[in-house]
Amino acid sequence: MIRVWLPAHLRTLARTEAEIQVEVPAPVTISSVLDAIEARYPMLQGTLRDHVTRQRRPYVRFFACEQDLSHDPTDAPLPEAVATGAEPFLIVGAIAGGL
Amino acid sequence: MSKVRVLVGTRKGAFVLTADGKREKWDVSGPHFPGWEMYHLKGSPADPNRLYASQSSGWFGQLLQRSNDGGKTWEPVDNKFVYDGTTGTHQWYDGTPHPWEFKRVWHLEPSLTDPETVYAGVEDAAMFRTTNGGKSWQELPGLRNHSTGNRWQPGAGGLCLHTILLDPKNSSRIFIAISAAGAFRTDDGGQTWKPINKGLRSNFLPDQDAEIGHCVHRIAMHRSRPDVLFMQKHWDVMRSDNAGDSWQNVNGNLPSDHVSYPQKDGTTKEADLKGFGFVIDVNTQEPETIYVVPIKSDSQHFPHDGALRVFRSRTGGNEWEPLTKGLPQSNCYVNVLRDAMAVDSLDKCGVYFGTTGGQIYASADAGDSWKAVVHDLPPVLSVEVQTLS
Repeated sequence: MIRVWLPAHLRTLARTEAEIQVEVPAPVTISSVLDAIEARYPMLQGTLRDHVTRQRRPYVRFFACEQDLSHDPTDAPLPEAVATGAEPFLIVGAIAGGL
Repeated sequence: MSKVRVLVGTRKGAFVLTADGKREKWDVSGPHFPGWEMYHLKGSPADPNRLYASQSSGWFGQLLQRSNDGGKTWEPVDNKFVYDGTTGTHQWYDGTPHPWEFKRVWHLEPSLTDPETVYAGVEDAAMFRTTNGGKSWQELPGLRNHSTGNRWQPGAGGLCLHTILLDPKNSSRIFIAISAAGAFRTDDGGQTWKPINKGLRSNFLPDQDAEIGHCVHRIAMHRSRPDVLFMQKHWDVMRSDNAGDSWQNVNGNLPSDHVSYPQKDGTTKEADLKGFGFVIDVNTQEPETIYVVPIKSDSQHFPHDGALRVFRSRTGGNEWEPLTKGLPQSNCYVNVLRDAMAVDSLDKCGVYFGTTGGQIYASADAGDSWKAVVHDLPPVLSVEVQTLS
């Protein structure tokens, strides 16, 4: 199982705790993890990536194993520690200030 | 006894205010969806416990929420707003072509007869509709594909479709308004649209009487007379007695702004322009009684002289009286945004408006006196009211 941390607003929307677990068939990539999240929590569709272009929303960031993966290819394998469940895949709302 | 339920959308959540028919003591619930921009909430006229809400954020995009119990609980519904077919371009601020891009839902207008049907006005300007309670949304592409669409330009707030009026006597007729394209009407349920801007005059346009390009801020009607429309334009309050086919200026004695604007020949003209504001609404008991909140413009966007005044006309325009009792008359520098006024159906008509300073003002006597129901909400984006039996 892949461990995923959601930002606070999306936990509220999906009615979950901070960490969720999703089953992701190999290869474990950003895309396959997001696919699994959206399948289990349909209300999150469109909140992490655009419905049509599938592009990450600009203020949504992906981290794991102390690395910023936000700009990595979405079909690249995630670190082994994420694939084995040893480390969580972190979805973070960018600290972007604003109103 | 009758009750009223006021639905308030703010920059940081939604609030539901309820009172009995006296409208003296209020219960306030919220924030619902704390931290999210709530552009608009509205109840179904056919089922008052069915509410719809537009929820958005710069981080996570657009969401739509639905309540089946008058706002006690909510469930997210479909948030996929995809333009139909080839999107094409509209004009950007500098006049260059710019592709249509969905940004947010500004306004939700539930059907007058079917709780499952809702119209959504979005930015970039287009009209969507659900007929299954929000489980899916489809564009009515005839509007965006209007022959003038490639010349529509955004106003300062974006190219937003912010007003939707459903004709109570003709289910095929809908009026909408877009900043800054103008007003449009369909007579065939949204398949085809025509601009209804004849009589509007906008000094800042190269062609001041253009077919499109007018910055319409809001349109209102009385249910008993859907052919009579009232419009709050950028400057000017306008009236139409023929369903928008033509408009007349009814500024009368409204406050004015001294402005300068460029002419075709390169010179600058000075003028006193009247009637800038965002909101307009019609008293439910008196079809010729209308309300506006004049705002100083073009850039200040706060009340004239720091005094918050609602102006009421009992003659369908031209003759206006300032309503001040209970409203701050000094050091008040808030704005009242276009979707932030509503009227209930009681006699006397209740009038409600919200400010960017977070106040919700209510009048239970058709505007004669006002009281702040709440003082310190986040900036108010929208106010709607339901009259419940």
